[in-house]
Amino acid sequence: MTPPVVEMSGVGRVFPGPPRVEAVRDVDLTIAQGEYLSIIGPSGSGKSTLLHLLGLLDRPSRGVYRLDGVDVGTLSERRRTRVRGERIGFVFQAFHLLPHRSVLENVELAMVYLRVPRKERTARAVATLERVGLGHRLDFDPITLSGGERQRVAIARALVAQPSLLLADEPTGNLDSGNAASVLDLFDELHADGLTLAVITHDDGVSARAQRRVRIVDGVMSDVASAGVIA
Amino acid sequence: MRRPGRQRLTRRGRRMTLRDLLGEALAGVAARPSRLALTTLGTVLGIAALVATIGLGQTAAGQISDRFDAVAATRVTVEPGETDGPDGQVALTQLPWDAPERLERLAGVASAGTFATVDVGGDPVRGVPYGTQQQTVPVAAASPGLFEALGARLSGGRVFDEGHDARGDAVVVLGRYAADRLGINRVDSQPSIFIGDRAFTVIGILDGVDYRSELQDSVIMPMTTASELYGLEAPEVLEVRTELGAAQLIGRQAPIAVDPNNPDLLDVTAPPRPGSLRDNVSADVNGLFLALGGLALLVGGLGIANVTLLSVLERVSEIGLRRAVGAGRSHVAGQFLVESGIVGFLGGLIGSTVGVLATVGVSVVRDWTPLLDIRLALAAPLLGGAIGLVAGAYPAWRASAVEPITALRSG
Repeated sequence: MTPPVVEMSGVGRVFPGPPRVEAVRDVDLTIAQGEYLSIIGPSGSGKSTLLHLLGLLDRPSRGVYRLDGVDVGTLSERRRTRVRGERIGFVFQAFHLLPHRSVLENVELAMVYLRVPRKERTARAVATLERVGLGHRLDFDPITLSGGERQRVAIARALVAQPSLLLADEPTGNLDSGNAASVLDLFDELHADGLTLAVITHDDGVSARAQRRVRIVDGVMSDVASAGVIA
Repeated sequence: MRRPGRQRLTRRGRRMTLRDLLGEALAGVAARPSRLALTTLGTVLGIAALVATIGLGQTAAGQISDRFDAVAATRVTVEPGETDGPDGQVALTQLPWDAPERLERLAGVASAGTFATVDVGGDPVRGVPYGTQQQTVPVAAASPGLFEALGARLSGGRVFDEGHDARGDAVVVLGRYAADRLGINRVDSQPSIFIGDRAFTVIGILDGVDYRSELQDSVIMPMTTASELYGLEAPEVLEVRTELGAAQLIGRQAPIAVDPNNPDLLDVTAPPRPGSLRDNVSADVNGLFLALGGLALLVGGLGIANVTLLSVLERVSEIGLRRAVGAGRSHVAGQFLVESGIVGFLGGLIGSTVGVLATVGVSVVRDWTPLLDIRLALAAPLLGGAIGLVAGAYPAWRASAVEPITALRSG
């Protein structure tokens, strides 16, 4: 049996400060392949820190983090960078698309550092953009697109390298309700296709779409009953 | 369940290709055209100043040495070669008496004449007979053509001619300082000087010569006179004035004309090729210009460094994103380094063009022949690129130090 995509045990992250902040404490988290998980918590709860730990943008102070069964806490910086590029797809609240570069180029960027041959890059980027419904926007400058379209470009960029885990940080934070709904619908479709997703949000409505929900408050994680209502 | 048709990525190594690096850097540069124009401005000005000043320096020096050449580059001298014999230096051959006539047959010779010092056997040279006023004035002999060959100018009288020489007349021409020392300042009264007890009529006094200024100290008599009275054996040196541009040619032909049997035994001094003279002058002229161009380039480089640093701060979120999609620190540093290198190269390219155009433009206005080393025009863009790389080093390091966490949190 293949190992779970994410396996965190006893993970903590302390910022030495001053003041000393224990942003995440003793987190045990497993995300199985094909699972759609949401992590919910108010701002300052430690969910951003958890996102960075999950996305290999930060190292845990203690505990073990296995990604696809590999202990990534002990990897060198170079190896972690490569694993990040290959296995994690990021979707940010602020999209982080490069202005003055076409939609297609923005998506291709996710493969530039992974040595995917150029022709293959373009073909895969086009296919992925078509998959998110932007096949007609390939040559557009992102600054001319609507917020929802921009987030779809960002999702295409996250998907194009075929990551093990799609990590979304407040993906609907900058979107109106219509665009937010269409992005969440897209997540549902991707989940149905077998993609593993982790969505970090403070929005109950967003987190309710997930298959499984966990809550983080003051750096401590707890499960939320899937049918439960958040008080 | 995994997505169907899913493949693992190829893992042939993590280095991006040079083409990708260049592509990303070019896109980064091209994304902000107005800023690019402003950033390159410093390098454009610096390189343009450098190329134009060197070009104009070379052009101007070319014109300067064209004038120089008229005086300096028309002198050829021929002397018998010497070797170390048992009694010190021994001449290997002798110049013939008719060496000037042999030379004047050559095309390109304006005038030629021979010179020798004369040993008068210790006889005193005096301005009046039997006086107490004794001077040690050197005595020299000259063929009539020597005066013209040396560009001699007279303050009074005339120089001796072929007739005086052929007859061995007892006439002399005094150098300016020799005349002073002998107390003779005019020739219209036909004054005489005495060497020992022989009287010589002074027919002329020199005012100046272009070369061989020792003539100004000497009493100069015709060659034949020196030969008959003092046993002069042969001329010591042949002085030739050539037409402009003929000096190197005459330098090669002169020994054969003078001594066809042993041309190798003669020492010929001809002016250096015009180019080498020009280079020396150019070096002096260019020193100042180069310093100014270098200063402009320094300012240009600081400009690139400044703008690239600003660009790094502005593009923090882009850097974070690149790190998130698998770019290492070296990729990020490399990109900013190449970007500033491209900016410098572009500035150098434009500056080089402007500099060449300025050189040609000034030359047209001043009616000069533009001279510019082609290597300079080709090297200038490379210099610009190198300056860009150096200027980008610190911003690139700053970019590589950006933490993706902070970068992605902002904006």
